[in-house]
Amino acid sequence: MRINVTSVLVDNQDKALAFYTDVLGFLKKTDIPLGGGAKWLTVVSPDAPDGVELLLEPDAHPAARPFKEALVEDGIPYTSFAVDDVQAEFDRLSGLGVTFVQPPTPMGPVTTAVFDDTCGNLIQIAEMSSAPAG
Amino acid sequence: MGDVFKALSDATRRTILDELTDRDGQTLFEICARLTTKHKLGATRQAISQHLDVLESAGLIRTERSGRYKFHYLDTTPLREIAERWPLPAKEPDR
Repeated sequence: MRINVTSVLVDNQDKALAFYTDVLGFLKKTDIPLGGGAKWLTVVSPDAPDGVELLLEPDAHPAARPFKEALVEDGIPYTSFAVDDVQAEFDRLSGLGVTFVQPPTPMGPVTTAVFDDTCGNLIQIAEMSSAPAG
Repeated sequence: MGDVFKALSDATRRTILDELTDRDGQTLFEICARLTTKHKLGATRQAISQHLDVLESAGLIRTERSGRYKFHYLDTTPLREIAERWPLPAKEPDR
């Protein structure tokens, strides 16, 4: 058994695809109509085009939106992505108009920042701190 | 309004005020992450939320909603009442 897909619940798949590709820089991997306007829509990192896929999944279930709103109110990220340089990504994404609720902040072994994906979620980006010398 | 002295009597609550001094306007998630990773305070989110309620009731923090987000801000106004009740010396006495 292996993990090949994970998901975020988005309020609009077309808007989500635009944000996750044009702004974040992921690549569209799969786009299969499922009927009823919904799609099996996934993106991958250009660094790992055959790696884990992120499913941009409709949040149509009535429980999904209250759940997402409660997470956002408390600042809790829906998921987390790895970055090499969290400050550089903060600068780049801020320049593209992305809203951060937490700027890059050292948190023990990682430095993290949290932004709004415009689809109803907060997303964390995390840079592993360099290993101590010696 | 809650008791400022009771609110300040707890080490975790004082640490929360320290972290808001470091950066004002944090989400509950950021406050919890700072307490866990920087101070090794393994309190639950519910426990931190209760600490924040005590601090807010004492007027030491206030919360502001900005769109769908909720941020916590330090408010040191109640500390002025302490300094007015027991005034600070005008300057450090010579030793």
